[in-house]
Amino acid sequence: MAVTTAERAATPTKRRKNAFSDGQGTLAAILLSPTLLVMFIVTGIPIVMSVTESFFRKNDGIDPVTGAVKSGTDFVGIQNFTDIFAHPATVAGVFGSMDRLINAFLNTTVFTIVCVILETILGVIMALIMAKAFRGRGIVRASILVPWAIPTIVSAMMWKLIFNTSGVANKVLGLADNPILWLADNKYSQWAIITADVWKTAPFIGLLTLAGLQTIPAEVYEAAKVDGANAWQTFTKITLPMVKPALVVAVLFRTLDTLRMFDLPYGMIGPNKYSVETLSMFAYQEAQQTRYGQAAAYSIFLFFYIVLVAFLFVKLLGADVIGDEELRAVNAQRKRMKELHKKQAKATKAVRTTITSGGSAS
Amino acid sequence: MTPDELAALNKSSHDAKWWLGKVGTIVGMAFIVIYCLLPFYWMLISSFRLPTMGQSTDYWPSPASIENYTGVFSEQNNFLRAILNSVVISVTTTVLTLIFGIVGAYALARLRFAAKGLVLSLIIGASMFPGVTLLVPLFKMFTGTYDWFPNWLNTYQAAIIPSLSFGLPLAVWNLTAFFRQLPVELEQAAMVDGCTPGEAFRKVILPLAAPGVFTTAILTFIAVWNEYMIALSFLQSRDMKTATVALSQFTGNLGYNIPYGSIMAAGVITTIPLLILVLFFQRRIVAGLTAGGVK
Repeated sequence: MAVTTAERAATPTKRRKNAFSDGQGTLAAILLSPTLLVMFIVTGIPIVMSVTESFFRKNDGIDPVTGAVKSGTDFVGIQNFTDIFAHPATVAGVFGSMDRLINAFLNTTVFTIVCVILETILGVIMALIMAKAFRGRGIVRASILVPWAIPTIVSAMMWKLIFNTSGVANKVLGLADNPILWLADNKYSQWAIITADVWKTAPFIGLLTLAGLQTIPAEVYEAAKVDGANAWQTFTKITLPMVKPALVVAVLFRTLDTLRMFDLPYGMIGPNKYSVETLSMFAYQEAQQTRYGQAAAYSIFLFFYIVLVAFLFVKLLGADVIGDEELRAVNAQRKRMKELHKKQAKATKAVRTTITSGGSAS
Repeated sequence: MTPDELAALNKSSHDAKWWLGKVGTIVGMAFIVIYCLLPFYWMLISSFRLPTMGQSTDYWPSPASIENYTGVFSEQNNFLRAILNSVVISVTTTVLTLIFGIVGAYALARLRFAAKGLVLSLIIGASMFPGVTLLVPLFKMFTGTYDWFPNWLNTYQAAIIPSLSFGLPLAVWNLTAFFRQLPVELEQAAMVDGCTPGEAFRKVILPLAAPGVFTTAILTFIAVWNEYMIALSFLQSRDMKTATVALSQFTGNLGYNIPYGSIMAAGVITTIPLLILVLFFQRRIVAGLTAGGVK
């Protein structure tokens, strides 16, 4: 009897197969098909080709049997990936001698972590200042958009001039007599890149954070003031949590953008400079040498790295990238229903156990 | 209320702390403006030096000269042609992304269908995609490695088609955000008045969404204009280079001597159209950036 009660309870909760579908699926398909078709051609096909390519390798060197220069490509399986360990191509970067791919991976990771942390701190400070300002906000906003609008390669050339050995950076730092070689292949060149990247993108984070700040109602701050919160408490307990959704999305986009950094080191320091070589640059250089197999393998490696980071952001920090309210509501409802079903299933199971145990007892 | 109390009330709003906050804000804003503009100032004054003084560290060009600007357009640098190429590629890509993006974004903003979450994830995923992953197979394809594919090296379509891969997600994303802001009752009212859904979209929604479409166009244009890697790969001949590639490859008269003066002048010329867009439409651009949250 308990079973039938549970079943009856479940029946009214039975809903349409998909809460999204409104019978407009066909229309949606027609309207979306051009976009999806273009995306499939310009993104989907190259991805598939890239994955296939990564299992091949261009023959080079001289054939030991015939003595002729080898040509064509060979299927090598995952050897393009395993060669990192089996046959490392050792280069000397900032982090010591290691395989070129690992070196590029470390460079990319260090750039990303350092740049994003500095950008976020600077950006939040800028947003807090701008939120306080009543006059002159227009001028600040216009000037904040300048670094964002300058093409990355132009900013790379600009910073190349600034960081020149006899350039203005050494002059301002008082190092004109004993200059730092910012653009040579060394650890200072990493800091030159980081400076240029932070300059260009911190204002952008500031802009997005400001938009988040402006959605916080003034009443919340007044309430905190009445409760006797000091400035630091207000910042950590109110401002940060309420601006977090906007900030997390901004930081996520910046992180993914920095992971594929190419223009800045390429323009400022140049190709084949191991201290600043990122994964994008390494894969690009390999493609330039027509070693498409290796290039594809390294770019796929970068792709998976980016996917992993994006996944961690969404899971750990709860970045709501899509931001569709309808979707969010339906997903929340789905989750609730799932939990309800689970509970009911548990109840049913408990009932059944008693029946079976009763049966076995008899 | 006694005059003393009134004085106390007036005083409390302008005490030392208030002034400290006020001065702090002004100093902070000055810091932001200087931070953002100082490197650009360096580019600007370096472009107004004599071509032989490109690496000078004077804080003011002496003597000031526009020789770098005339030099940029010289036969040797061919920069006018490069700007033209950039315009062709950016405008074509922007128009294409808008044509495809408007219809798709409208469906995403208004209709309810099963695969909506999947499509949104696909689009956002595509915008996060590393460009080099797409570039490697295209590099092989466009350079005439395969018999079945024409050699597209140094053609406009070789830059335009890969640019769609980041332009289209950006456009769809922004437009979806804009369409969502328009109340659905607008179309319903139009349809009650006898419009078909298509007419309601064309006659009611599209005119209202014009600011959003315009903002999306600006953002896409800027993104494509600033693109470097694709142009560097596929547009290598003298007459096909885009502005960003051309200026990074200026060569001096004396081999090793980097012509910083003309590079900075070219950088200023490449940036000016964007700065004008930014100054005129800053409110819209900020709204677009925060609504889309992309790039």
